[in-house]
Amino acid sequence: MATTFIQPEFKVEIDYDKCHKCGRCVQQCGWGVYDFNGRPIPDDSKCRACHRCVTFCPAHCITIKRNELVFRDSENWSPSLRKAVWQQSESGGVMLTSMGNDKPYQRIFDHLVLDACQVTNPSIDPLREPMELRTFIGCKPDKVEVEPNDEGGFRLKSGTGMENNIELATPLMFGGMSYGSVSLNVHKSLAMAASRLGITMNTGEGGLHADLYPYTDNVIVQCASGRFGVSADYLNRGVAIEIKVGQGAKPGIGGHLPGEKINREVSTTRMIPQGTDALSPAPHHDIYSIADLRQLIYSLKVASGNKPVGVKIAAVHNVAAIASGIVRAGADYVYLDGFKGGTGAAPQVIRDHVGIPIEIAIAVVDQRLRDEGIRNRASIIAAGSIRSSADMAKAIALGADAVAIGSAALIALGCHVCQSCHTGCCSWGITTQKPELTRRIDPEWGAERLVNLVNAWSHELQEILGALGVNAVESLRGSRERLRSLGLDEQTSQILGVKAAGL
Amino acid sequence: MTTRPAYSQESPFKIHGGCGLMGICDETGRRFSGSVALESMAVLHERGNGLGGGFAGYGIYPEFPDHFAFHMMYHDTKGKEEAEAVFDEYFEVDLAEPMPTRVVKGITGAPLLWRYFLRPYTHKVESAEMTPEDYVVHVVMLINSTIDGAFVASSGKNMGAFKGVGYPEEIGHYFLLDEYEGHTWVGHNRFPTNTPGWWGGAHPFTLLDWSIVHNGEISSYGINSRYLEQFGYKCTLGTDTEVAAYLFDLLLRRHRLPLSLACKALASPLWSEIDRMPEEQRELMTTLRAVYGPAMLNGPFAIVLGFNGGMVALNDRIKLRPLVAARKGDVLMVASEESAIREVMPDPDSLWAPKAGEPVVARIKGMDWPIHGDLHLAPSEISCAVTGVEDSCDTVEVS
Amino acid sequence: MGKETNPMATAGPIEGYLKVEPEVTVDGDTVTLDARGVYYRNLNAAVRAAFAEGAKTVNLRNVNGQRYIGNGVSGAGLRIEIDGVPGNDLAMFMDGPTVVVRGNAQDGVGNTMNAGTVYVHGDAGDVLGYGMRGGKVFVHGDVGYRVGIHMKAYENLVPIMCCGGKARDFFGEYMAGGVLVLLGHHTQFESQPLVGGFCGSGMHGGVIFLRGEVEPWQVGKECGIFTAGEEDMKTLRPVVEEWCSEFGEDPSAVMSGRFTKLVPVSHRPYGKLYTNM
Repeated sequence: MATTFIQPEFKVEIDYDKCHKCGRCVQQCGWGVYDFNGRPIPDDSKCRACHRCVTFCPAHCITIKRNELVFRDSENWSPSLRKAVWQQSESGGVMLTSMGNDKPYQRIFDHLVLDACQVTNPSIDPLREPMELRTFIGCKPDKVEVEPNDEGGFRLKSGTGMENNIELATPLMFGGMSYGSVSLNVHKSLAMAASRLGITMNTGEGGLHADLYPYTDNVIVQCASGRFGVSADYLNRGVAIEIKVGQGAKPGIGGHLPGEKINREVSTTRMIPQGTDALSPAPHHDIYSIADLRQLIYSLKVASGNKPVGVKIAAVHNVAAIASGIVRAGADYVYLDGFKGGTGAAPQVIRDHVGIPIEIAIAVVDQRLRDEGIRNRASIIAAGSIRSSADMAKAIALGADAVAIGSAALIALGCHVCQSCHTGCCSWGITTQKPELTRRIDPEWGAERLVNLVNAWSHELQEILGALGVNAVESLRGSRERLRSLGLDEQTSQILGVKAAGL
Repeated sequence: MTTRPAYSQESPFKIHGGCGLMGICDETGRRFSGSVALESMAVLHERGNGLGGGFAGYGIYPEFPDHFAFHMMYHDTKGKEEAEAVFDEYFEVDLAEPMPTRVVKGITGAPLLWRYFLRPYTHKVESAEMTPEDYVVHVVMLINSTIDGAFVASSGKNMGAFKGVGYPEEIGHYFLLDEYEGHTWVGHNRFPTNTPGWWGGAHPFTLLDWSIVHNGEISSYGINSRYLEQFGYKCTLGTDTEVAAYLFDLLLRRHRLPLSLACKALASPLWSEIDRMPEEQRELMTTLRAVYGPAMLNGPFAIVLGFNGGMVALNDRIKLRPLVAARKGDVLMVASEESAIREVMPDPDSLWAPKAGEPVVARIKGMDWPIHGDLHLAPSEISCAVTGVEDSCDTVEVS
Repeated sequence: MGKETNPMATAGPIEGYLKVEPEVTVDGDTVTLDARGVYYRNLNAAVRAAFAEGAKTVNLRNVNGQRYIGNGVSGAGLRIEIDGVPGNDLAMFMDGPTVVVRGNAQDGVGNTMNAGTVYVHGDAGDVLGYGMRGGKVFVHGDVGYRVGIHMKAYENLVPIMCCGGKARDFFGEYMAGGVLVLLGHHTQFESQPLVGGFCGSGMHGGVIFLRGEVEPWQVGKECGIFTAGEEDMKTLRPVVEEWCSEFGEDPSAVMSGRFTKLVPVSHRPYGKLYTNM
């Protein structure tokens, strides 16, 4: 019997006429694709198409191709489904994957178009005139109350004003990715970039390594069900605390960081023994109801000297009511993670089939909070596959206060979306703890790339605002009048609160 | 010619338009002829397209200072009869008469124009447990939303709106503006681009004794209207002016912000300017912007708000619409162009271009600041009264 | 308030400005037109007709708000003298004549002007000299927002603008060429800064001279801030002298002030902003 029915997905082709026989590909590949016997010999079955070898081949002689094996046609039994059955019948295992949902669901962002000014109101030049992106995340009072000051003017009435808010220079944050799922150098890159950009990075649920302490004015610390590394000191270090209830890629599912990834540093940061599995329970076992959430929110506020507390949830069917409950429970922001959001590891069946798109979630949550008159009490962070500044602008126009990016940030650092984070062998040194791989990311280099990316997106957002004839992002926020749908069904447009193009 | 139904023709889409405007106020309360406003607006002829012109005058009915003066537009006599039945039920009608007008070339299709001087029945006001102002707004809402073919153009005390389809100088002449005397006048010339033109749709918009005229295009309309909806206002007209009117109502009357800060909320200083302010001001302005960001009027505008205590003129924060101000003694005047000021104030003591986002305020000595302390209505009732669009009237209930 | 003669106060039709021909007085090659109440089209047609018939100077009396005066008029020896406040777009596309305004001017003076000179013996409004390619504009007093916006130079055309008072935000925005001067000498805004924010924002050509000091926040990030040196004063002197001689000011008093010079740090300020797809 054949040991497996599954054939390689990719073919690694080397033009040996050009090959320097330098062995760089052997050294670069994290998956052990190459043997070297006078020249590199690839094992196609191990290839993940991550292009690390391709990128570093000095002779440009490596090509990765799809293994174009032809199957008897069946629209119903796609080759990937057949492969899954073989794989599961061979192993008895749950199909594990990573990154975000890759199935061809409709991408609503790609069916929304933005407005621009022509004649009746002027566009504004974003390069030469002010174009303000500053954003405050957190609870705002219903109204501003003032009292006379000594100079005949006014000041805030004492005892009133804003709660603690997170100030962002541009309406974008780095989403939570734990140290453990990504390397320390990735965490450092994110923290340094956030600090230079005036935005925030998010620890994820794996604690805060001491190397990040210099950047904690730009760090949000996460408190998830595993409570890894959560201590009073940790809670007091960040600018805000995020309770992670769910994640778009795996709503309702806990986490499992295998013991092999728990080295000494991860162990110290997570405050768990080396080599043991780090298991995150599916729910927080102190949150079985919305009332319990309120209890945890205020507990965290007390422990941290009243820092803003946000709650991250996966976008699921009843997201509007859930978000409303979260805001009423006292959260300062609601982080909505759409069903295309990324993960370091998740069962494929969950990643690909559970949850709703972020566009819908933003629209219904924003509207619900407005209908209930509590929109000002919390900010909305939108995440779950924000792929470009256009997605960012559209998310904001639908009603998000800011967006968060995870996958896009990792792509900036070299990720090629090979969806193999869960293997711990990331050739790009991102989602691995192997020292020979993690050192591939120099935090200074990584920070620069992230700064470049966010600056470029911010410039593009400014261009969009200028074309829309507004010079502050708050004038786009929730302004669905500036969006039109193209090729969406009427009900979806209605749910989004967006008119069809032409109306 | 239709009256109220035209609102629904205007309202499905955002209405675009440029415009010209003016405002003038004698801060001593001395009254002067409406021809001043008319002549000034005539200079701004080129800023409109003949599809809307209008004025509001204050102090124009000294013989009825305490009556609510209703300026009415009727589609037909049926609308008039129904509205008059409402007046009879709720008010002591001390005078009802056709609006005096004269024949003017170019003005056609005028609705039936009447005016009424009304006093609410005290016992009805008391039994409804309302202030007279609430009571009047309720009636305005009742007429505008339920009587097809009747529209309240203005309803304040000792003031009135004169507006219609035509150039402002034609409209002013039609309404014999030169025969009225007021202490404050605002005028408007409209350049709508996608509306057939409806007499009630011309500026100024009014409620009680507030009137608002507006030049510009608020690019943040989408979020401004959704923000207002959160407080119960319903923006059914699709006009920037409506949004501006409700925002002033929200900030001044309901949130009780001082006028200067309400203007700062609507035309916020730039962050770079806020960052340079001393601590106390920086904290206030940061909070004001963070809280009222969705209320900020972004995009080009110039607005004049008139009321019985004076007027306020405000420009957008980077000066994308013109506004010039001048003072001669106790008289303060603003207009879209200097020539509109010079036409009637040839030799001002001072004349200047106001700084972007800095309000120009005229205040008549001894008169109230522009807060309707006696008005307690819900926002949806305000919207309903202003627009007369039934959809916004889910709380209409007058006892 | 109001005037003795009010053309609007009579019953009957009313059409804003009266669409009548201005009253014309001819004295040699000088033509005088009374613009009171005259619609702008009639007025501008009369100005063009006067020049077509050989007039060298056209005096306009009682101007108030009429737009487009001098618009597109060509010819170096021609002169338009205006009493009153001309309307928007004065001297737009003008190519050669001299326009003198004995009063304030409104918005859009010298818009896309090619050659000629405009003297405003008062203040001027917003968007002064937009896209001006050549010629000179002198304003005695204060000016508004976006003054000198996108002035540009081309071959031997070098536009010059000198404003005697103070200016608001976006002075010299997008400036691509020419000489733009702000004196802060004749102003009604004594207590306010010489110039608003974003001065020279997007500047990529030409030079701005400001009489006095500016804070870094007032100046666009594309500008270098220098103190004007001796060479600069050689450029500046004839401009200031012309301003002084037209408006009766003392050149030595004006030139004694310290001038700040703004020049672009790059002719391609956004070269690094973009990346190719």
